[in-house]
Amino acid sequence: MTNDETSSQAPNQQMILATTLSDCLAEPIAQRALLACLMIGFANGFVSAFVVLQKSALKIGTLSHALLPGIALAVLVAGLTQWSALAGAVFAALMVGLGSLFLSRTSRLDQDTAMGILYTTAFAAGLLILTKLDIRQQLDEWLFGSIVGMADSDLWIAFGISAVAVISLIALQRPLLIYLFEPNIAASLGVPVRLLSYALFGITILVLISSLQAVGCILSVGLMVAPAATVYLLTNNARTLFWGGGIIGGLGSVAAFFLSYPLGWSVSATIIVVLGGFFVIAYIFSPRYGLFSARRR
Amino acid sequence: MVSQSHDSVSHTCGHTHPDGHVCWGGGGDASTHHHRLEVSNLRVTYREVLALDHIGFATECGRSIALIGPNGAGKSTLLKSLAGLIPADSGSILWRGKPLTRSSHEIAYLPQRGDIDWNFPITVRGLVEMGRYPNLGWWRSFSSHDNEIVERALAAMNLHDIQDRQISALSGGQQQRTFIARALAQEAHVLLLDEPFTGLDKPAQENLSKLFRELTREGRLLIASHHDLQTAPKIFDGLLLINRSQITFGTMNEAFTPEAIASAYGEK
Repeated sequence: MTNDETSSQAPNQQMILATTLSDCLAEPIAQRALLACLMIGFANGFVSAFVVLQKSALKIGTLSHALLPGIALAVLVAGLTQWSALAGAVFAALMVGLGSLFLSRTSRLDQDTAMGILYTTAFAAGLLILTKLDIRQQLDEWLFGSIVGMADSDLWIAFGISAVAVISLIALQRPLLIYLFEPNIAASLGVPVRLLSYALFGITILVLISSLQAVGCILSVGLMVAPAATVYLLTNNARTLFWGGGIIGGLGSVAAFFLSYPLGWSVSATIIVVLGGFFVIAYIFSPRYGLFSARRR
Repeated sequence: MVSQSHDSVSHTCGHTHPDGHVCWGGGGDASTHHHRLEVSNLRVTYREVLALDHIGFATECGRSIALIGPNGAGKSTLLKSLAGLIPADSGSILWRGKPLTRSSHEIAYLPQRGDIDWNFPITVRGLVEMGRYPNLGWWRSFSSHDNEIVERALAAMNLHDIQDRQISALSGGQQQRTFIARALAQEAHVLLLDEPFTGLDKPAQENLSKLFRELTREGRLLIASHHDLQTAPKIFDGLLLINRSQITFGTMNEAFTPEAIASAYGEK
């Protein structure tokens, strides 16, 4: 089929799609959403490298669920504002993180078990509070995200968090890499291991919170694990892992934004599905660590 | 991470005593040997259990010491404690007359191979380059001097041809050599190795013990936990025998006696 034939066959359809897309992009709401996708996707992808290297994906999943009751509690106490939600989320993450540590130290339970109990209980309590508060439509947004509903201030918060996270991680990359590779070697070299693990935890929580609006607390784990997990199957270089994770996270989120529009899908779910798709492709076709190359090795 | 300027130490250590001057257990003249490791009356509690008590010995650069004792004797704890990873309850560890933590880049700790995540996305060269980080600090970039040191470390451990390999694609012996190369890149004087010979086949073991002899000849101090009583005298020149507390310390010839071994491994 020649180009002429294609264009003569479906000129209308293409034009409609193009105009509606460009119309849509002319809207500030869509512009903000697109920018948010890029920023949040990149920052989460960047951080995902450290989550993958630390093998803390499940811990992040737990914490992301714990953010919901924190936000609910903040709404109950101080009303719904950006800052109250942020403070509530940080508070909840700390409570579950430190609470599980405390539980495991003061009982015979291990920390994973303690976390499992704490976060589900907190999550359930959060659901009850949010239902009671009668802000049902917002409940959905916290659970599954609503990137099209972002205001300018949301965008600035996301930008601030992303910038702080990426710059801190770049600044700390040397000690962080030794620490993630082998904490004992790091400590023997004088790396302040405990301080570094708290810093990494803090950065992860912040970035997790910034992604809540885009993908919600249930899907946020995907955004914070899938990008680097994909690159992990392609590289032997830790630096490639975090830059690649950032690029895959940003690219995947933007691609999902454009995909979700004509298909009428939810942006947050599309982001996670696209990133999951990237991962599957890498898993099967990675020249080094893919399904097919495994046989050769 | 400590960033310290270079001094003459890295050169003096290693070429000062090929004469075989012996100063086991404080018998030598301490004042003429600046590169001494002196441990006295060390007591370590780990996870609320008394792991080590009454550990005391003094040694210097150019030695290789086998740290021997039954399972649970506290070998790993002692190595970690020497590396500054586990704080001592009492007693002291002095390296060149100063508390050891203050000269951390001079001490290299090499964990057991089983403790390492070999899937970590890093190549042989990348791991060896990590040895330069304490000297570079957190931000300074690699200089040609750093690259030269990395090259030398790779060459010394015969890793040049496989420097771009991911670390899981190495044999056990190559993995151990990569870790030693990291310590060399760090310009460490003291290497603390946790079971370096475990899991290596015979040729790799022989290769590693040859490298050990070269490293001590260059003047490095090697302290390695070791579980094979048969091979220990062939590889190491000194023995530190422990079982929670110190049983004996000395040259292999003096200290490696059936009585001492029985006392460490016998029923308590």
